[in-house]
This record gives sequence, C-alpha cells and structure tokens, in this order.
Amino acid sequence: MESLAREEDRTQLVKRLEDEARKLRVTDIKMLEKAGSGHPGGTLSAADVIAALYLHKMRIRPEEPSWPDRDRFVLSKGHCIPIVYAALARVGFFPEDDLWTLRKFGSPLQGHPDRIRCPGIEAATGSLGQGLSMAVGMAFAGKLDAASWRVYCMVGDGESQAGQLWEAVMLGGKHGLSNLCAILDKNQVQQSDKVVNILDIDPVAAKWRDFSWHVIEIDGHDMSQVLDALDEAETVDGRATVIVSHTIKGKGVSWMELNPDWHGKAPNAEQAAIAIDELEGRISAEESQARYQRLQEGGS
Amino acid sequence: MATATREAFGDALVREGADPKHVVLDGDLMKSNFTYLFKEKYPDRFIEVGIAESNMVGVAAGLALSGKVAWASSFACFLAGRLETVRMSVGYNEANVRLAGTHAGIGIGDDGASQMALEDVAAMRALPNMSVVQPSDGVETERAVEYLAVHDGPVFLRLTRQKLDDVNPPDYRFEFGKVVQLRQGSDVCLMASGATVQEAVKAATTLEGEGISAAVVNVHTLKPLDVDGVVAAAEQGGGRVITVEDHNVVGGLGSAVAEALAQAGSSARLDILGCHDFGQSGSPEELYDAYGISAEHVAEAARVAVARS
Repeated sequence: MESLAREEDRTQLVKRLEDEARKLRVTDIKMLEKAGSGHPGGTLSAADVIAALYLHKMRIRPEEPSWPDRDRFVLSKGHCIPIVYAALARVGFFPEDDLWTLRKFGSPLQGHPDRIRCPGIEAATGSLGQGLSMAVGMAFAGKLDAASWRVYCMVGDGESQAGQLWEAVMLGGKHGLSNLCAILDKNQVQQSDKVVNILDIDPVAAKWRDFSWHVIEIDGHDMSQVLDALDEAETVDGRATVIVSHTIKGKGVSWMELNPDWHGKAPNAEQAAIAIDELEGRISAEESQARYQRLQEGGS
Repeated sequence: MATATREAFGDALVREGADPKHVVLDGDLMKSNFTYLFKEKYPDRFIEVGIAESNMVGVAAGLALSGKVAWASSFACFLAGRLETVRMSVGYNEANVRLAGTHAGIGIGDDGASQMALEDVAAMRALPNMSVVQPSDGVETERAVEYLAVHDGPVFLRLTRQKLDDVNPPDYRFEFGKVVQLRQGSDVCLMASGATVQEAVKAATTLEGEGISAAVVNVHTLKPLDVDGVVAAAEQGGGRVITVEDHNVVGGLGSAVAEALAQAGSSARLDILGCHDFGQSGSPEELYDAYGISAEHVAEAARVAVARS
C-alpha cells in the first residue's frame, strides 16, 4: 500500500510538472511576442527541465533570494533566460506583471540574465561557454564550506563548441564535485543550422565521461526521466554529474521544432496565438501547421 | 632594499590567508607569481586550474558569487587576454575577484614580447566596476593587498617580475584611489605608476642637480583615478606634466591623466612617455632605455618641457 501510495504521488508529481512545463512554454511565447525579439527555440527545449528544477527539485526561497543555503542555478546558454524568468515569476521571485517588461528599457528582465537587476538570477551569462566555469567555482565554494546546497548549470549543445566549457568540464571532473549537476540541453539546433552541420559535438556523452563525470542520458521531454536523473545526480558520490538531456529545439510548437529560423526570432501576435493554441491542446500539430502555413501565405 | 612586487604579493597573500574567505587560483604559474607560498600554508584553499586562464577567471567569479574573495593570478598578459570572461563573469557580475597580473610590461626582460603585457591597463580600465591598482614597491604592494582583502568589487592588480627600489617609507599607508606625492616640486610634475615610479624618483634627483624642481607623484590607483589629486599636482608642478609608464601610451596612465586634466579644464601641458610597440627580449635596463621610459628619458622630457615655456 505504502509503495502504491508513493507510486501515485509520483504519478501526480509528474502530471503536475508536465502541466507546469506547458504553462511555462505558454508564458514564454507570450513574453517573446510582447518583447518583439528573443529566442523561442532554446527556451521551449529547456522547459521541462526548468519546470522540474524550479517547481520541485531546487531548495529556494523566493521571498529570500539570497538565502545562503539555497540551491544555485546557472543558465550558461543565457539567451534562453525567458523560460527561467517564467519559472521565477511562477514561484514568486517577482510579480507576473514584470514578465511583460522583458527586454524593455529599465526592466529587471534583461535580454540576457543580469544578477544585479533581477532577483533569483545567480550569474550573468550570455557570452557562451562561461557558465559552467562559474558553476564549478560555486561548487568549490560549497565544498569549502561543507554546505548542503547544490549547483545546477544548464549548457547548450551549440555552446559545447566553446573551449572554455571544456576547461571547466576538465576541472570539475578532476575534483569530483558531487554537489554539481550540469544539464546539457541537447536540442540539436543552433542559430545558423543544425549542430551536426556547424561543428558536430558527438559523441558528447563519451567526452564528459572521459573527463570523469557521471553521465546520465535521458529524453529531456519525459518528465519521469528528468526527475529520475535529478534524483540520481544527488546520490552520486565523489563525481560531478552531467545529464545529457536529448531535446527538440522549439518543442511543443510543431512548426518551430528543429527549425533554425526559430532560434532567435520572436513570434508575432498571430503566430503566438497559433503556438499557444497548440501548446494548450486546443488544436493538433497538423492544424497548427496548416494555420501557420496559411498565415505565412497571407491568408487568415 | 629592492623587491619584486610579485614576491611581496605572495608574502602578503599568505598573511591575508588567515581569513578563510580567501581562495587562490593558479594557472600553473605559482612559482612565478609566488602563490605557491599560499598553497604551502593553505592547500585546501588553493585551486590549481591548469593552463586554462579563461576557466580560472570564471571559476574565480563563481567562488566570489558564493561569498569568497577569489585571487586569480597569472601573467598580466594572459589575464587581459581573457578579457571576454573578465568582462562578463567578473565585471558585469560585480564579482569580488582579484585578478593579480604579474610580469607586467617590458620590465620582465629576456622572455620577450609574448609575455609582456602592454595593453592590460587599457583593457581593464575600460570595464565598468573594475578597479586597477599598480603598486610601486614592496611595502606598497603589501599594504595594497591588505586593503584589497577587504575591498568590495572586482580589481586588477598589476605586478612586476623585476625588483623595484623602495620608494615608500616603511610605515607607508595605502589609500585606495588617492595619488601619493613622493616629492614636491614647482617646475614640472613627474607622474608614474608601478615600475616607473623609481625612474621618476631618479629623474627628479638628476633634475634637482640641474636646478629644476620636479615633483613626483605615484599614481598607484589607475582606476578610479584621483582626479582632484592629479589636477592639483599638475598645477603645483608649474603646469608641466610628464607621465611615464611601462605600458602602451594608449589607454594607460598617460591617457587617464590626459582625460582628467582635459575634463577639469586644466591648462597643464602633458607629455606621455610609454611604449608604442610590442616589446622584445633584452635586459630591463636596456629595454627601458630603448623604449624611452628610463629615468634619463624622463629627465630629458622634463628639461624639454621646462625649456618650452
């Protein structure tokens, strides 16, 4: 009975987080549409992991952003910060109304994360390849203080072409920083083309493994796998963990999926309406694509 | 006595290390920059990152964002070379990182151009939130490190490989952001920083023998610059200023002083002595002479300035 109850709790948790991830995606599309610019593809691919972290896994106090024992999250692929803003507002770091100021003059929600202006942001990023170094530094600090808090860092697959990232992988692996969990959002596409066509990073799991990291490979859109991986990372002794999260850039909006054109372009109001209809399940992927196609052809 | 400021830095860092908030990072140069002394005393708070300076700067930022004061040391040219990481991870984040760049300038001598940082001050000075400090001798280095241990914000500390004469008294007190008037003078004002302060002092002594009264001002804090102090010293020095630096003439001490004087509406006439080219191998003395920043060049520039008006 007890184990069955736990199973049910788990099922409910997965369902709740799936629902939260869907809401984050909808909020993200609304934010980008209002901002008139941004990066939908890499925000949508990251939504499930972000939902699992901010709405379940991380120990954080939205009312006390600098709580010393909080878990830290560094978004190394800083251009995808809107999905994190959506999560920060959802848990109460700032009012939801702030979301609609994204990328506007004077907003705490800068186009890329700014830790001084925005509560809940641990590190400014946006110059790709730097985030994991800072996360490694935070993990060292946690170890020096014998602290219980953990460090999470999401990196991109396009970003994995940057040399500094591998300097950090090498150092984090050597020191066995078990309080550090990297997540590679392997969404397969970067700005100009597919990653495999620009500069292939595979076999990337083997590379992390060679640098002594504990590697977990998952379908990053399967919430149950995401939760299992985050749980497993906490149990690994003497090694840092990387979750290679196989994802789809633009996940949830069929005509954005794996399409480099939606790396760095915001949807307009009509496109956003179609995207949200699809994300909220009011229309099928086929219908969404048909409506999008008609819109592009100048129809209604 | 003569001391290399890199060595005084290493000694001072060990003393500050008693406070557990201090962490030192090395990119395989600990014997060159004397951070091995810290490693011997506090091995748990010494992080060897290997020859990977970008990562060193980023890891230092992460430590600083978690409450540590992170001292990342390498040759100045390699730290300035990682400007992109310094800019974002340290500067924009307002991280409490101390970038200690040793082996600054042509004064390193034999190793030649590749190791001679001559653009580092210009680069670091242009970063918002970043302060730039360059001590002129051993005692000033020790006092500066003591101060930087409690300073809030990112700092670039520029240090020498070569030994420098003592120019400050043993009871010297370091005042961040203030120039030090080492010598009074009414005909011309010699402004220097780091290794060139001793050159300015020697030049002033030479000039005194020729009946020229030269003031010497030590600009240890290149940013934020003591604008009032610079303008006042220029006026007291007869409205003639010579700056001398072991750095490119673009963006360093001379530029900072020019910006200050011009914006203050000063009528002082400024001559900037510094490097115009990459460095090369040679002895420090040969190079200071060849690149026009030795005491004799400073004295000659002062004679010309005084004769001009």
